[in-house]
Amino acid sequence: MSNEHIVRSFAHELERLSNLITQMGGVAEAQVDAAVKAVARRDVALAAQVMQADLRIDAYERDIDAEAVRLLALRQPLAQDLREIVSALKIASDLERIGDYASNIAKRSLALAQVPVVRPAVAIPRMGRLVESIMKDVLDAYIERDVQRAIAAWERDEELDDLYTSLFREVLTYMMEDPRNITPCTHLLFMAKNLERIGDHATNIAETIHYLVVGTTLRAARPKNDGSSFAVVEPGGSVMDAVTEAVERGLPRDGGPDNDGAGHAA
Amino acid sequence: MSVQTHIPATAMASRPAAGIHGTKMVARDVKVFYGAKQALKGINLEIQENRVMALIGPSGCGKSTFLRCLNRMNDTIENCRVEGLIALDGEDVYGKNIDAVQLRARVGMVFQKPNPFPKSIYDNIAYGPRIHGIASHRDEMDEIVQTSLQRAGLWNEVKDRLREPGTGLSGGQQQRLCIARAIAVSPEVILMDEPCSALDPIATAHIEELIDELRENYTIVIVTHNMQQAARVSQKTAFFHLGDMVECDDTEEIFTNPRDERTQGYITGRYG
Amino acid sequence: MSVAVTKSRYQSEEFSARLRRRYAAERRFRIAGMLAVGIASLMLVVLLGSIVSKGYTAFWQAQIRLEVTLDKQQVEERNYTAIVRQALYAQVPAATDRATRRSLNDLLSSGAPYELEAMVNANPSIVGTTQTVWVRADDEIDQFMKGFIRRDVPESERRLSDVKITAIDALVANGSIRSTFNTTLFTAGDSREPEQAGILGAVVGSALTLVVTMLLSVPIGIAAAVYLEEFAPKNRWTDLIEVNINNLAAVPSIIFGLLGLAVFLGFFGLPRSAPLVGGLVMALMTLPVIIIASRVALKAVPPSIREAALGVGASPLQTVTHHVLPLALPGILTGTIIGMARALGETAPLLMIGMVAFIVDIPGGLTDSATAMPVQIYMWADSPERAFTERTSAAILILLAFLILMNGLAVFLRKKFERRW
Repeated sequence: MSNEHIVRSFAHELERLSNLITQMGGVAEAQVDAAVKAVARRDVALAAQVMQADLRIDAYERDIDAEAVRLLALRQPLAQDLREIVSALKIASDLERIGDYASNIAKRSLALAQVPVVRPAVAIPRMGRLVESIMKDVLDAYIERDVQRAIAAWERDEELDDLYTSLFREVLTYMMEDPRNITPCTHLLFMAKNLERIGDHATNIAETIHYLVVGTTLRAARPKNDGSSFAVVEPGGSVMDAVTEAVERGLPRDGGPDNDGAGHAA
Repeated sequence: MSVQTHIPATAMASRPAAGIHGTKMVARDVKVFYGAKQALKGINLEIQENRVMALIGPSGCGKSTFLRCLNRMNDTIENCRVEGLIALDGEDVYGKNIDAVQLRARVGMVFQKPNPFPKSIYDNIAYGPRIHGIASHRDEMDEIVQTSLQRAGLWNEVKDRLREPGTGLSGGQQQRLCIARAIAVSPEVILMDEPCSALDPIATAHIEELIDELRENYTIVIVTHNMQQAARVSQKTAFFHLGDMVECDDTEEIFTNPRDERTQGYITGRYG
Repeated sequence: MSVAVTKSRYQSEEFSARLRRRYAAERRFRIAGMLAVGIASLMLVVLLGSIVSKGYTAFWQAQIRLEVTLDKQQVEERNYTAIVRQALYAQVPAATDRATRRSLNDLLSSGAPYELEAMVNANPSIVGTTQTVWVRADDEIDQFMKGFIRRDVPESERRLSDVKITAIDALVANGSIRSTFNTTLFTAGDSREPEQAGILGAVVGSALTLVVTMLLSVPIGIAAAVYLEEFAPKNRWTDLIEVNINNLAAVPSIIFGLLGLAVFLGFFGLPRSAPLVGGLVMALMTLPVIIIASRVALKAVPPSIREAALGVGASPLQTVTHHVLPLALPGILTGTIIGMARALGETAPLLMIGMVAFIVDIPGGLTDSATAMPVQIYMWADSPERAFTERTSAAILILLAFLILMNGLAVFLRKKFERRW
């Protein structure tokens, strides 16, 4: 906001709304992080905490909705202000969904903790780191109203989709190898799907930021490389191809829970 | 569309007219001076047929001045000089072929303050047709008065008291009476200079509804200080600032995503 | 925010003292205003009171009853004086000697024989009969009856001799003197004899003058005002004209009289003392007043009405004649009538063009010699007779009545035609 509002209370209210989004974003980010950690560490307590904390996110969303509706009714915002408020509504609902997915991951981590570790589980923290970094970029872009950063984050959703696709094939392979893997692997699959959805919501937010700042919707086609919908893994033959493909893409095939948070995400 | 023939395309300031709406009036590099003071610094604008164009901008930005150029009401102001071209259906309104009186019959005007004549409601409406000799006998005049009042949405409220003075009506009714008076002479364009600024929200809503209906048959240009009103009634909005026309675009574009910083600042209340 | 009961500055002692001072100042101003109004009203009451108290008696006139025998021969000889005198002597049988009888002659107005003659001419069949008629008494008798000549003053200082007083007493005793409404005042022209003097000549002179004034100044004034206000471009020339008009309104009226004398009498050779010339001069004098009043009235018409008319395609002339002028008319009428009232009360210019002459006849046309009401008042005020003093006041009252009537008309017209917008 280069120019101050003549009505200062309006500016303060807009700022408050923006702060609420930032806070909510922070909470959602922490939720995703905690949920992924709960999976990696098989930490039941942490998982319970995440599920509990989802209520906070819902509360944030209600607050933001109420505030936005109040501003719409009382201030009759136009142009940038109008986009600000509409964006807040959209971002809040995206963040709320993100919170729900994080909560779901935490819930599934409880089930996953009941059974022995399956190898593809290591992919969850990896995906988690990528999702978190996208989310962080998007939220920073929101705070700084930085379109370029939002677009960069938006483009990285492709990576996430690739990760998800390969994980999907891998998990299918594991399930075929041993039916006992089906339970943990199904949970893993849903977790990965959740993370992928979180990434989609983050891209939604990036698009919203573009609309908020520039005033138009992002015109380029959205990167959607989630190939899992088309993935078919049959016993024998193509299975190895999928795995090899995954190897070639440089995905680690083993290794324990990875908590250092450094490396690939940047 | 003879306008196109003698007006260079480079002079186009607004985006090309979209859709089927032809250009009714064109302003090209219109400059207005009050004595030594320049009120308009070269306005380029196209007013499309059967659409509502809203002129917005801070006080003293020249929007009313521009509006009054369109039917040469500025002629009555001492020391007022108009340069540039204003064309109605491709004909220069300041040219030799157009007489100001004839022009004002084609380009009617509704003013900020309801200003009915201190005569009866009937005579208020009948005055214009009478001086232009539109109605040849009594029945015809009655017909004109009735249809004008009906179009202005006032007929049901006043049909039993046409002989009572127009000044006895409420503010909103007076303004609708003025609109009826303007449409009684069947103009092609109606100019409205802040027609609702003295009215309550209900009366304003009546007028806005009326403007929306009138759009079918008339081209309307409305000056308003009320951004919501401009957003509600117009299809095109032009923002004036310090004698310049800063931006003219589809109303929804202006109010969701204005191109110019000044427009943005003005409509969001950041105007410094 | 402290919860303690802190007095706001508007509740402090100092503030209430200031408030009291403010109210005291307001009261003082009100009292001064009321005092001013009171003094003004008092002056008006004194002025009116003095005029009314001096003038009301002029509306009554003493008359003497005579039993006239209209002897045919005397009528034919038109010797009405003798007829009247004989009748008078009969009323006062005590007066037998020549000296007393001669002084009795003065009891009757010198116009009495003419009154009788007029009566006979109107009805010749009464010739040869004896009629009871009331004829005007001389102004001194009239004054005596009204108590302005006092009998306790020594005879040498009194205008009325003892003999006459005795005769009057005798007439009073037999009921031959009465006081009636003075119709002569309203029906006669000027006269050297107060009891025969009337204001009608002056009223007609004034009326003729005003008609000329109105016919000239109203159309010219309104047209000039409309042009200047609605059509004329605002430039140096119109500014100059405006300044000149404003100055003309402030020019002393005697200057207009001099102008009239030089131009209308000297150059154009129009007749002296004529209402035509008076009207021309008055028109010149009232023109600026009417122009200024009309321009003010035109200015007061809201511009929105002009815009409304122009907006539906009325031409500038239609705008003015259909809308602006009708709305300005009450104001224009008021200004015009006030200008006319001023012209009615004006003396000075008329003095210069000879309307100050002694004129007995009631003017019948615009070029007849005439005088005007204020001039008549001026002339009567100059006359030595006691009876003219009261007639002066009476004439002033009549003039005032006319002025009030005209101003009343102005108020009435304004109220009637005033429209709200």
